Amino acid sequence: MNGRIHSYETMGLHDGPGIRTVFFLQGCPLKCLYCHNPDTQKFEGGMEMSAEDVIAIAKRYKPFYRRSGGGITISGGEPLLQMEFLKVLFPMLKKEGISIALDTSGYGGGKNFLDVEVNEVSTDSTTERLTTNLGDLLSYVDHLLMDIKHVTDSEHLKLTGKNLDPARRLLQEIPKIQGMVWIRHVMVPGYTDNNESMKALYQMIAPYQHKIEKVEILPYHKMGTLKYQELGRKDPLLETPPMNIDKARAYELFLEKLLEMNEERRTG
Amino acid sequence: MKAWEGFEGFQWKDGINVREFIQQNYTPYEGDDSFLEGYTERTKSLWDKAETAITEEIREGKVAIDTTRFSGIANYPPGYLDRDEELIHGFQTDQPLKRIVNPYGGYRMVQDALKAYDHEMDPELEKSFTTFRKTHNDGVFDAYTKGMKKARSVGLLSGLPDAYGRGRIIGDYRRMTLYGSQLLKGEKLKEKDDIEGGSVEETIKLREEIKEQIRAIEEMEKMAASYGYDITQPADTAQEAVQFFYFAYLAAVKENNGAAMSLGRNTAFLDIYIERDLQRGVINETQAQELIDDLVIKLRMVRHLRTPEYNELFAGDPNWITEAIGGMGVDGRTLVTKTAYRFLHTLTNLGSAPEPNMTVLWSEDLPENFKNYCSKMSLETGAIQYENDDLMRRIYGDDYGIACCVSAMEIGKEMQFFGARANLGKTLLYAINGGRDEMITGENGEPIKMIEGIESLEGEILDFGQVMKNFTKVNQSLAKLYVETMNTIHYMHDQYAYEASQMALHDSLVHRYMAFGVAGLSIVADSLSAIKFADVRPVRNELGIAVDFEVTGEYPTYGNDDDRVDNLAVQVLEDFSKELKKTKAYRNSEHTLSVLTITSNVVYGKKTGTTPDGRKKGEPFAPGANPMHGRDQRGALASLNSVAKLPYDKVCKDGISNTFSITPKALGKKAEEQILNLSSILDGYFAQGAFHLNVNAVQRKVLEDAMIHPEKYPLLTLRVSGYAVHFNRLTQEQKEEVLARTFHESA
Repeated sequence: MNGRIHSYETMGLHDGPGIRTVFFLQGCPLKCLYCHNPDTQKFEGGMEMSAEDVIAIAKRYKPFYRRSGGGITISGGEPLLQMEFLKVLFPMLKKEGISIALDTSGYGGGKNFLDVEVNEVSTDSTTERLTTNLGDLLSYVDHLLMDIKHVTDSEHLKLTGKNLDPARRLLQEIPKIQGMVWIRHVMVPGYTDNNESMKALYQMIAPYQHKIEKVEILPYHKMGTLKYQELGRKDPLLETPPMNIDKARAYELFLEKLLEMNEERRTG
Repeated sequence: MKAWEGFEGFQWKDGINVREFIQQNYTPYEGDDSFLEGYTERTKSLWDKAETAITEEIREGKVAIDTTRFSGIANYPPGYLDRDEELIHGFQTDQPLKRIVNPYGGYRMVQDALKAYDHEMDPELEKSFTTFRKTHNDGVFDAYTKGMKKARSVGLLSGLPDAYGRGRIIGDYRRMTLYGSQLLKGEKLKEKDDIEGGSVEETIKLREEIKEQIRAIEEMEKMAASYGYDITQPADTAQEAVQFFYFAYLAAVKENNGAAMSLGRNTAFLDIYIERDLQRGVINETQAQELIDDLVIKLRMVRHLRTPEYNELFAGDPNWITEAIGGMGVDGRTLVTKTAYRFLHTLTNLGSAPEPNMTVLWSEDLPENFKNYCSKMSLETGAIQYENDDLMRRIYGDDYGIACCVSAMEIGKEMQFFGARANLGKTLLYAINGGRDEMITGENGEPIKMIEGIESLEGEILDFGQVMKNFTKVNQSLAKLYVETMNTIHYMHDQYAYEASQMALHDSLVHRYMAFGVAGLSIVADSLSAIKFADVRPVRNELGIAVDFEVTGEYPTYGNDDDRVDNLAVQVLEDFSKELKKTKAYRNSEHTLSVLTITSNVVYGKKTGTTPDGRKKGEPFAPGANPMHGRDQRGALASLNSVAKLPYDKVCKDGISNTFSITPKALGKKAEEQILNLSSILDGYFAQGAFHLNVNAVQRKVLEDAMIHPEKYPLLTLRVSGYAVHFNRLTQEQKEEVLARTFHESA
């Protein structure tokens, strides 16, 4: 059972606690208008790697994990698209004593992305199967980095091409996570940069607030434009300006306050 | 003895043994930096005067030179910046920053330098000297063979210390403080008479040298007396401790214009005297810091007369006044003291500067507080380099220092014959071009033949086995020539430019290293990888020289933690080290090897044709052991892991230099995160047995701006390769090369 890896970065300092080796898995079922890594969206391409390959690489960075409390971060693309691969990989990582962070939006969960039907998530039976899969997988995860794209179904559909169901399903699974959860949200001008959206976001995550260690409002930037050019695609948000950093930070503080995060938890 | 009052231990009193003195008396410090004091009004006033003089010299491009006399320990009247304000006294000449003319390394270098700065030597003196005195440079060229001269002129061996002072010798300057000159002289006299037997040359040479050492100590006494100090007896106070120590160092830089004039490892030693005075209530913390601040002001004002060409090789007028800080003792106690902090704290009190060359000896067992303080200072000043104490302590014990950038040696017990580096980029091209030089043609219009007996390569595509066979042969032949060249140089240096003042502060019987070096490791590794894993088709000119290479297919590059290519780099080093050891080195010295280029990677590149890895003719090499810029694609830690594989012990025992540039934000959002992450990176890197890391935490755009507006960044300090430099003092080409290096930005 091989995975498809778009690339990996050995000095990941932003995707989970400590120093992390970040594997970006190939393929994503969402087509976020603001995506800054559009080259990871398509289902083809990337390097084929076995779980053993991934472990061999991660083991080389154990000296860096030790003191920093780091480990491996599985990101993407959307890693849940390669569920079967992760089901092999995660227990092996645990055996090696390597901490696992999963960076996901909750979309995916098929056997492997090659046999994923893009509309599959909407039927009841598949939902049930996927939930079981997800629950099993999450029991291995030390840190969940959950990316919430938007707060209403209709806007989520416009922004990503999908409704909010899978994200809600992932939120419900949060109690199964052993470690802490980071909630991340990319703020794009004209989309969620308003109090109403932020309150809605708060309401979505509030039931799990005891598990939430960090909320990050990531201001939309224009570094993806170049990648669209390289891919010969039009940047869907070509005309959209970058998000004001201070404004994004202000919303971040706003959420932290609502979640009653104290200083200790925020820096933890 | 009153000076030794309150000090524990006996062994160090029976014979010279500074280490034992430290072990018996120092106070390890595991606390944080909160005890440190800022600068005083007096320090500020003094430093302002110093800084004005320093910046004026750079701005005007003019240097003051004493052309009325030649170098010597006691040849210059005392000089002051502000006699009353200074707590520590002594300059090289009668005026701060005024340079000494040292003719013993070579007179042509002196003439070139004088001319470049529009000065003239006193004609009478010049005439007498050139008529009656032979120099190191004269001696070397008398004894060089044709092959040696050829290797030198094409740039196969570069930076050889055959026309200037070799440096890289560290006197145990602490001995002057602890014992005073009288005891030191007495010991030397005793030792001289004990030296008998052995070979005639070695024995007589040594006895003559010891006599010169004694004479040097007497000159130190005279020099100190001219400043009103009596150094014949041991130092009694913290001020005297710093002052006597500095006089011993000052003697070294008055007598010698060595490439690297390093300081040793002194903070735990000086801390003992400071701690005693603090206990006695004679000084307080502010005054303790003032002493160290003043010492560092003095060290920042050491200057040598050098040619502009020299500056092209070693940018920014460096002196490598390297101070090794921290580390652990073999008994498990840390050698970090409050004075280690005080020394680093001068970067805050006086602002960032390249000298002295602050070198932290990193151990996994260092106190957490100290690790994080160092990381913080790295992020704030960019002036610190790190070397692996856990690796070196096993070999040298716990009283070693660093000469120049990376060369470890036991203080007072070991010395080094410094030997520049061999250009492996060129030897690889010789392997491909039948032993002929790719850049230089002889009078007959044919490329000059550098190495005999190298078969021309047949076939359109380079065969890895054949290339390796030739490469090994070329390196065999070069290694022999290299050792013999070095033997010639150091024989003559001992003869005509002996460092009596520094050797006076060594044991009489010292262990000697002969330190060889290589340049171009990463381009050789990548080229061999291309030849092995892809198809490399040389494009040959009408003379049969490969002037370009067409590569089809994929191949791994050094810097991505990929064993397939990293092992090629390791093999190249192991093979070259083995070859060097086959030829006996002068004075039974131990062969060592470094992967270190300083800034000369730019100059080496200029002299080397296009290589199979895609580097074009004349383009710079990567510095030291760094992967070639832009080819490390897996992030910073993969790059570090590749370098960590290069073998230190038994192979590259003279050091492996790696320069790491990172934007501060890539290390974390907040300052505390950045500090902790940097400490973790250093721990992880060194835990794998890696040797050295320069840390530059700076944004590329700051450097770009500094290229256009140098006046905005007078203090911008950057680690280049084993030393730090003010960015403004690099040449345009060197600045461009620094900017081309990989900056690890964000993940």
